[in-house]
Amino acid sequence: MNKETLIAAIRDIVKPYTKEEEALNNLNENTDFVTDLQINSANLVDIILDVEEKFNIVIDNDSMERMMSVKAAIEIIEAKLAGQ
Amino acid sequence: MHKRVVITGLGVAAPNGVGIPAFREAIQAGRSGIRHDPQLEALQFSCQISGKPDVPESLQLAYLEPLELRNFNSNGILYGLIAGIDAWKDAQLPVSSGGPDWDSGTIFGAGSAGVDKLREAIYKVDDLQVRRLGSTVVPQTMASGISAWLGGKLGLGNQVTTNSSACTTGAESLLMAYDRIVSGQATRMLAGSTSDSGPYIWGGFDALKVCTFKHNDNPAGGSRPMSATASGFVPGSGAGALLLESLDSALERGVPIYAEVLGGHVNSGGQRGDGTMTAPNSEAVQRCITSALQHAGVNAREIDAINGHLTATGKDALEIENWSVALGRKGKDFPYINALKCMIGHCLSASGSIELVAAVLQLKEDFLFPNINCEDLHPAISAIVDEEKIPRQLLHKELNLIAKASFGFGDVNACIILKKYK
Repeated sequence: MNKETLIAAIRDIVKPYTKEEEALNNLNENTDFVTDLQINSANLVDIILDVEEKFNIVIDNDSMERMMSVKAAIEIIEAKLAGQ
Repeated sequence: MHKRVVITGLGVAAPNGVGIPAFREAIQAGRSGIRHDPQLEALQFSCQISGKPDVPESLQLAYLEPLELRNFNSNGILYGLIAGIDAWKDAQLPVSSGGPDWDSGTIFGAGSAGVDKLREAIYKVDDLQVRRLGSTVVPQTMASGISAWLGGKLGLGNQVTTNSSACTTGAESLLMAYDRIVSGQATRMLAGSTSDSGPYIWGGFDALKVCTFKHNDNPAGGSRPMSATASGFVPGSGAGALLLESLDSALERGVPIYAEVLGGHVNSGGQRGDGTMTAPNSEAVQRCITSALQHAGVNAREIDAINGHLTATGKDALEIENWSVALGRKGKDFPYINALKCMIGHCLSASGSIELVAAVLQLKEDFLFPNINCEDLHPAISAIVDEEKIPRQLLHKELNLIAKASFGFGDVNACIILKKYK
């Protein structure tokens, strides 16, 4: 799965959790879920569950803690998919 | 001279009407909100009829954002939000996006919170899926859920809490809100209460055999307070809300005033004497009524109408007797009395608030809603009260003082005295 496809998938997943239209449209590797998209920190756990469901992976607690940005999310998803 | 407290906003989500205009129309027309409940039938309940507010998704979206409605499964919170936000707006109060409103708070009661959501969570936990609960379980199942949601929606900066005292909850919340304004600690308090719908709330009552099972084929005739053929209550649900405000604040804001809260009383029979977990101690009930009158500075002779608790169980006649003894009035001298449960069933923790909304509308607009389903008045009641005091048709009547009482499991009582604001 290439990076563009991954970013597009992540954009779809976070869409319901943010009201920052512009940051969502410009979503890229450097986008931070909390500072750029203003996502409520409690919703980060929901995003992780949505990512797990979309990619059929299980994200461990350590990975969860660092999944605060698109970049980290891509790394984690790629690592989990490669490990399968 | 303590602060005077008035009501400047109302909101309701009742089985026979959601929103004040629909509710007013329904109670004046004597329209029942009791329906056949296919879920209760499928689950083999003895009682297969119930009262639930009709809240389609289009209406839900007027109170909750699409994200908030994701994985939302707490109908009590939904009903409470509708009633609470409506009451706030009815009082012409702004929903500011700025800082908290330090002078406004809420005491919004509940009997339990998000029982459907809790059930969902319990299944996941037992299935070793605790990590898949997501973020939505706690805010939808904590006992204070409804007050927390309202606090956030309205930006409340004063006390935000939930009270719980079974079927007395709604009346108690109003008196607690009243106290907070009288003591000067808040200027405005949103008082109200809510109750979830569904088999997991009502199952325990069905098992206690306090719900009727004789009217499954006639839902609208099922809830029969004061009737000789009353055979138990019909489970209901919903929420009611009343915005209480110091008279000074209401006058300063120049908003319409529905009624004044003169005072009231809460007590308990201590589960002594006749009192048990599920039955009232009559001495305590009478004492609650007389203490409420005393607190309000009102003579029993002055009460124009009673909005009873009257659930349609075997205790209705005892309640009437307690009112009669406490007020020292009977026969033609007894005040008018009506029981909203005839149309909406027993909305449990929400009952007091929904019934208070009805009582306030009556006082403001000078009418008495009809008591439906008691064309066959119980003889033990007609022995105490002249039939003309129990209107079976809508009655237009000038009203000045209404007494409202609620009684609950745990042998707890509350009585409130409401006065027309002139």
